[in-house]
Amino acid sequence: MISYLVFLAVIGGIYALLAQSVTLAWGMAGLVNLGLAGFFGIGAYASAMLVTWGGVPVPVGLVAAVIAGAVAGLVVTGATLRLRDDYLAIVTLGFAEAVRIIASNEIWLTGGTDGISGIPGGFPRDWGLGFHAAWMGTISVLVFCVWFGLRRLSASPWGRALRAIREDQTVAAVAGKPVARMKAEAFAIAAGIAALAGALYGHYGSYIAPELFAPLVTIYVFLAVTTGGNGRPSGAVLGGYLLIAFLEATRFAAGAIPGVTALQAAALREASVGVALILLLHWRPQGILPERNQKAPLV
Amino acid sequence: MPDSFLFGAILQALINGVISGTILAVPAIGFSAIFAVLNYPNFAIGALASVGAYGGLVANTVFGLPLEVSLLAAFATAAVAGIVVEWVAVRPLNQAGALMMAIASLAAAIVLENVIRFFWGNGLRGYDLPMLRDVQFGAIRVGPQQVKNFGISIAAMVALWAFLALTPLGRAMRAVADNADLARLRGVDPVRIAAVAVALGAGLAGMGGMLIGLDTSIDPLTGPRLVLSIFAAAVLGGLGSIPGAVVGALVIGMAEELTVLLIAPSYRSVVGFVVILAVLTVRPAGLFGARA
Repeated sequence: MISYLVFLAVIGGIYALLAQSVTLAWGMAGLVNLGLAGFFGIGAYASAMLVTWGGVPVPVGLVAAVIAGAVAGLVVTGATLRLRDDYLAIVTLGFAEAVRIIASNEIWLTGGTDGISGIPGGFPRDWGLGFHAAWMGTISVLVFCVWFGLRRLSASPWGRALRAIREDQTVAAVAGKPVARMKAEAFAIAAGIAALAGALYGHYGSYIAPELFAPLVTIYVFLAVTTGGNGRPSGAVLGGYLLIAFLEATRFAAGAIPGVTALQAAALREASVGVALILLLHWRPQGILPERNQKAPLV
Repeated sequence: MPDSFLFGAILQALINGVISGTILAVPAIGFSAIFAVLNYPNFAIGALASVGAYGGLVANTVFGLPLEVSLLAAFATAAVAGIVVEWVAVRPLNQAGALMMAIASLAAAIVLENVIRFFWGNGLRGYDLPMLRDVQFGAIRVGPQQVKNFGISIAAMVALWAFLALTPLGRAMRAVADNADLARLRGVDPVRIAAVAVALGAGLAGMGGMLIGLDTSIDPLTGPRLVLSIFAAAVLGGLGSIPGAVVGALVIGMAEELTVLLIAPSYRSVVGFVVILAVLTVRPAGLFGARA
């Protein structure tokens, strides 16, 4: 039971990181990254390949993952930041698909659909529960650091300008803010955070494969962020852990329905995630912890 | 001799590309039509294509209806599903902006996909069609089913053109797409036109899903696998432009087939992504688009 809860805390922490990535891009800058799963995957592969095959220490792999994610973020946004925001949504959705296809097919680079197994765990796996607890500690610290950093960023002049861009980018541009550059910076940092989450996931679980980075992950995280509140890092952290609680609850709920096969139960669980997201968007789009600074009144 | 072999292979790829591009144009038009009238990208388009494919499957294998009637059933099933998604999930968010609507449509896509999975599982399903032998013209080989699908796609596009150009409802739809405020001043009911656009767009997506599945088989991800190609066709043609979606789909179809020839077959969809990035960098309005 203890080890189950520790495991959930680790996975919850990974989703809390992903949710903070979405908070920065979507909540603060108004940029919808529907390719979150792709950045998650890029980070996982970058670190797993470097550490497993390149033999570098895990922390170096983590840093490399953040850089790889941020660079990918810049490449993806380069073409679209001057366009209407829904173009970015289309491009990022396509990006995640492209990452998955490349990961499945470049067998020499990524191991193809078999994935990469035996990824070093950073801590000795024969510690048993200690291994999981060590990861829980590490990831909790990282969640805290990112939370703290985002709060500082959000309160800084940069964060205020970013929210101004989200509300009205024409006004922000007139006020002399470099709109496209700031959006690119926010998106790149957010992509780096998502990639860090991916790298941690790979090292903790020791195995990654393309299907772990399916579009469903993105929906999960949007559900987490919308639950917690998309304008606040605290909301994202809360949402990440609540998401895991919700997913586990649906596991038991779906298992309790009589006369349903395992596949049907899985389908019901996935569908419930979509339904929950739609309901939240309709009834409480501001989440449990709404953004605190006041929005400009609608004229 | 190697030269003529290569020439034959390229010609074959181009012919395959024209056929698959014409079929791809059907759901791409659907995506662009919804974007033109409702002004948001409907990310449920892939799931709606799957819904249509399974609607057609039931008509064809359970009720034993012929192919042409089953395609109409595919259109109708997806149109109904599209309207439900629009009214239940997306429309209540129209004050919150296009991005919220797009996210809601993606959430709805997950629901639709899993409804299909709940009832039919993940396994491959095939339509009940007579087996036909490929027709050979010199070095070029074409499947009769493909030719038939090609013809059906053309017929669907002609019917759509006739609807948009000749009927009052079609003209009203074009007016809303062109300028919603002016159309409202002229007494066009935007809610009704939105419903028609969604039904039409989702219906075409459903028909496209079935047409693509006719050649091989279908599974719940048949539609979602198309999404990248559909986006690429629509972006290349100019988001919201129907003739653009047709031309875009033809180009994407040919580019994908040529890629199969030159690189590996599984990279087909990456072509779409590269095209999207390139078009948005060089000419965001696409070939026929007015806005970006």
